[in-house]
Amino acid sequence: MAFARTRQALAIAGVLGLALGATACGTGNDKKSDKASSPECAAYEKYQGHDGKKVTIYSSIRDIEADRLEQSWKQFEDCTGITIDHEGSGEFEAQLGVRVDGGNAPDLAFIPQPGLLKRFVDSGKIKTVGADTKALAEQNFTADWLKYSTVDGKLYGVPLGSNVKSYVWYSPKTFKEKGWTVPTTWDELIALSDKIAASGTKPWCAGIESGDATGWPATDWIEDVMLRTAGPEVYDQWTTHGIPFNDPKVADAVNKAGTILKNEKYVNGGFGGVKSIATTSFQEAGTPITTGKCAMHRQASFYANQWPKGTKVAEDGDVFAFYFPAIDPAKGKPVLGAGEFVAAFADRPEVQAVQTYLASGEYVNSRAKIGDWLSANKKLDINNVPNPVDKLSVQILQDPKTVFRFDGSDLMPAAVGAGTFWKGMVDWINGKDTATVLNGIESSWPK
Amino acid sequence: MEFDFAEEQPKFLMLMYGLIAFVAVVGGLLLLLDVVPAWFARRHEAKLVAASASGAPLPRRPKQREGLFALFFLLPTLLLLAVGLVVPAIRTTLLSFMDGSSSHWVGLRNYGWMFSEDSIVRVLINTLIWVLLVPLVATTFGLVYAVLVDRARFEAVAKSLIFLPMAISFVGASIIWKFVYAYRGEGDQIGLLNQIVVSLGGEPKQWLLESPLNTFLLIVIMVWIQAGFAMVVLSAAIKAIPADIVEAARLDGVTPWQMFWRITLPSIRPALIVVVVTLSIATLKVFDIVRTATNGNYDTSVIANEMYNQAFRYQQNGQGSALAVFLFVLVVPIVIYQIRNLRQQREG
Repeated sequence: MAFARTRQALAIAGVLGLALGATACGTGNDKKSDKASSPECAAYEKYQGHDGKKVTIYSSIRDIEADRLEQSWKQFEDCTGITIDHEGSGEFEAQLGVRVDGGNAPDLAFIPQPGLLKRFVDSGKIKTVGADTKALAEQNFTADWLKYSTVDGKLYGVPLGSNVKSYVWYSPKTFKEKGWTVPTTWDELIALSDKIAASGTKPWCAGIESGDATGWPATDWIEDVMLRTAGPEVYDQWTTHGIPFNDPKVADAVNKAGTILKNEKYVNGGFGGVKSIATTSFQEAGTPITTGKCAMHRQASFYANQWPKGTKVAEDGDVFAFYFPAIDPAKGKPVLGAGEFVAAFADRPEVQAVQTYLASGEYVNSRAKIGDWLSANKKLDINNVPNPVDKLSVQILQDPKTVFRFDGSDLMPAAVGAGTFWKGMVDWINGKDTATVLNGIESSWPK
Repeated sequence: MEFDFAEEQPKFLMLMYGLIAFVAVVGGLLLLLDVVPAWFARRHEAKLVAASASGAPLPRRPKQREGLFALFFLLPTLLLLAVGLVVPAIRTTLLSFMDGSSSHWVGLRNYGWMFSEDSIVRVLINTLIWVLLVPLVATTFGLVYAVLVDRARFEAVAKSLIFLPMAISFVGASIIWKFVYAYRGEGDQIGLLNQIVVSLGGEPKQWLLESPLNTFLLIVIMVWIQAGFAMVVLSAAIKAIPADIVEAARLDGVTPWQMFWRITLPSIRPALIVVVVTLSIATLKVFDIVRTATNGNYDTSVIANEMYNQAFRYQQNGQGSALAVFLFVLVVPIVIYQIRNLRQQREG
């Protein structure tokens, strides 16, 4: 009896083994780069010699944006025979650490936070960029940008995409109808806000709800104002903890932002009072502009993708953005922005080839043509940027008067920049006073 | 977007590999469990046959061998327990004495931080409120409901109504209740609670922003889910009370009140303890509800949520581990109490 059962079990195991073997045969799918010698591949000459190799990329980019990304390097793949395997994750920041510490690091990662990049540099996980990449990066980016991925004089990442955050969205149509003009100074901005408030419409709308990142749009507000009230040097001290978080200069900036964000007369057009900012999602925060319930919404260039379908984003369209004016024009034209950096966890030649390619003018122009994307890369041709807001951003980024600073919360340690700063801003909107909030954030700064 | 099989092929392939790997591992284990004992049994049988044929005394299976045999079967469990439980527990404890990047020893600093940082003290207080209220309210509610519907006409329907929320995940339930608490500054209220307030002539409120009320509103979600569990277990216990005891009490002329306190409650005491203990542990671990409904903002965070934030989002491994250890320390007494209770019952 026992013998019969054993035979039966052996038979089952045999069938399983067969099935395994059969599927193993079905996956041979070699990629041939027979196009390598065709004329459109001439630009990829220097990346040749890695046929059949695979490079994995991990990023926070998903859905349509990810499709566009993959489309942007399609020709590179076809010509060089390198397969780029991109994976986007909604939990990128948390999962990257898990993957790297678990010995399952991607070859390349698009890291949007210099603070996070530095953490991996400190633990020795990120490789310095290759010589070719470094030369190209120094040629194509300003020192302002490269300093964010430089640690102890060594370059660990190359900027990829960028965005400009110092924007106020408005409706050119409504402004024209009501006879409002786009403000170019802070005083004009406040005068306009008062004028709109007096007419019975709340001039500003805002929303900081964003799932587990709730609070970030408010930190952008503070950073943008801080850059204007305290200037770029103090801003740098603030983000590196050269001055404490509860420094009077920070409190000034927060209170200045509060004159708009915590002003019941100014906010929150289309949603309710000040507190409704905390529960309004950042995606829908600006939409009352299209219905005339709100006049202005301070948000980054990427907000262009959030408007309802059929909204024309242009200077003569339904919505457009103007530059968030400086308070003291003598201090230059402060611009807050952000972007992601391509960092390598492996130094195989094909990985370096891809990293070099992503820093090149060919790549940024190829990606920009597909739309809704821009870069601080100097090789980016403004004519390849289809979207009017992105055109404006490229102009701002390439303007020599611009004083660019990276989003401060991305520079701070994650415990503050992705933690207590966000949470503190939620509490601040929800009624806590500036001093309590800033003291709380200061005490949470990792020692 | 159209569904393109060719494009999704890698995913299907992964799925197939996963399935095959699963079948291979589970099938392999089953096979092993089938073949090995059978092989030993046959050998033993053969020996017996040989022994009886030669007329020698029957060989005794040596004690030592039996121990080895037991070890062989325990080994996978022990291994998995070590890898999945013992090692991580020790490692977490060690990490809790180190700094954020787990590279330097900092002694008890993380524990000091836990009790001195205002926002973390708030987290601890919230957890305390949770663990006091949820087991108490959910059990009371479940018990009263179980007694009331016991042998009522629509018992089955009434019970399933309370039990249904059990089938909803914590995240799902939190989303549902977020709609109940929803607030609109302008236009019609879409939240049930605010609509009720408005129709009674009140002003709509942003319920989830009002501390400490919001913590209690989140507790309502947990009670809503867990009351069904308490009700089902307690109802089964009530039904198991021997009919003769109930009958004897009736003959002695008890009032319903006495019946509940003198007969029902003492009879279902073991079940009651199981329910309270289970709910207490589940409450200490609560994470999903807070993360979904408020993400720990507006002073609603609890230990498990803060632990996740510290360790995985803020990269403060030390502080996260300290919170995890503290949570573990809180659960231990409840578990010990439960085990002692079980032993007493077995002996009694």
